[in-house]
Amino acid sequence: MQLSLPSPLSPRAPIAALALACATLVPVAVAATPVELLAGYTAQAGAPAVPARGQQFFTTRHGRDWSCASCHGNPPTETGKHASTGKPISPLAPAFKAERFTDTAKVEKWFRRNCNDVVGRECTAAEKADVLSWLLTLKS
Amino acid sequence: MRISLSLRAIAGLLAALCIVPAMADDDGHERRARGVPLLPQYQQECSSCHIAYPPGMLPAATWQRLMNNLPRHFGTDASLDDATVKQLSTWLTANAGTYKRVRVQPPEDRISRSAWFERKHDEVAASTWKRPAVKSAANCAACHPKSDQGNFNEHDIRIPR
Repeated sequence: MQLSLPSPLSPRAPIAALALACATLVPVAVAATPVELLAGYTAQAGAPAVPARGQQFFTTRHGRDWSCASCHGNPPTETGKHASTGKPISPLAPAFKAERFTDTAKVEKWFRRNCNDVVGRECTAAEKADVLSWLLTLKS
Repeated sequence: MRISLSLRAIAGLLAALCIVPAMADDDGHERRARGVPLLPQYQQECSSCHIAYPPGMLPAATWQRLMNNLPRHFGTDASLDDATVKQLSTWLTANAGTYKRVRVQPPEDRISRSAWFERKHDEVAASTWKRPAVKSAANCAACHPKSDQGNFNEHDIRIPR
């Protein structure tokens, strides 16, 4: 791996230092691939992911108003729509939107929020693994 | 001329340092009219679910209450990490509305319940709000196509059928 760091005399150095200072104010995004994330959730769960169980989890309601599919669509391969604000939501399945499941902090943020909304609690690692494994079976 | 340039330079430097200077209240009207440039982090986080509403549309006390209750944000969990909450709260407070109509905290902390909002929209029929393409008063972009850029100019309004 090659890193090109600005020399202390480089005119870019102060800008880079500022950018770094600003970046430390918020959590730094950790790049990943969907497959790596799935491996992480599967390891945490301690059991293999089951795509069919993920599909079931995604498309059914859990005693509340919304399912995952309420906003993301079913299957989530096209643009969805936020159930309360109507804002378009880009496809969730990674094969249809390359940025999906590539930023660990973002993925965790949205699992936390959306599981609270849909299930009324945070999802388990096994549930996340199941859903992600199903999303990865959706191909264009 | 020299003074205004150097002031601009200072403002630019402060912005680069991620510090938003609190501006004088008497500037509120003008700022409200043109809107402040949105903090990129604010834009990114809030526009995931709705447009990033201009900070001048609510008073500081309302923004603070909203930011302190993100896990229960109008029926959904919009929680953020503490550092981001603090960063956005600081910026919102510094840029909150101070113009006379915006100074009053609206019922339910909703922009759409503000006196100025209701007055500006008093020609819109109740049935129009319910159209599927509009759905919610929170959906500014349905009729204000440039609202995501802070442009609510009435010449740009397109009400969907």
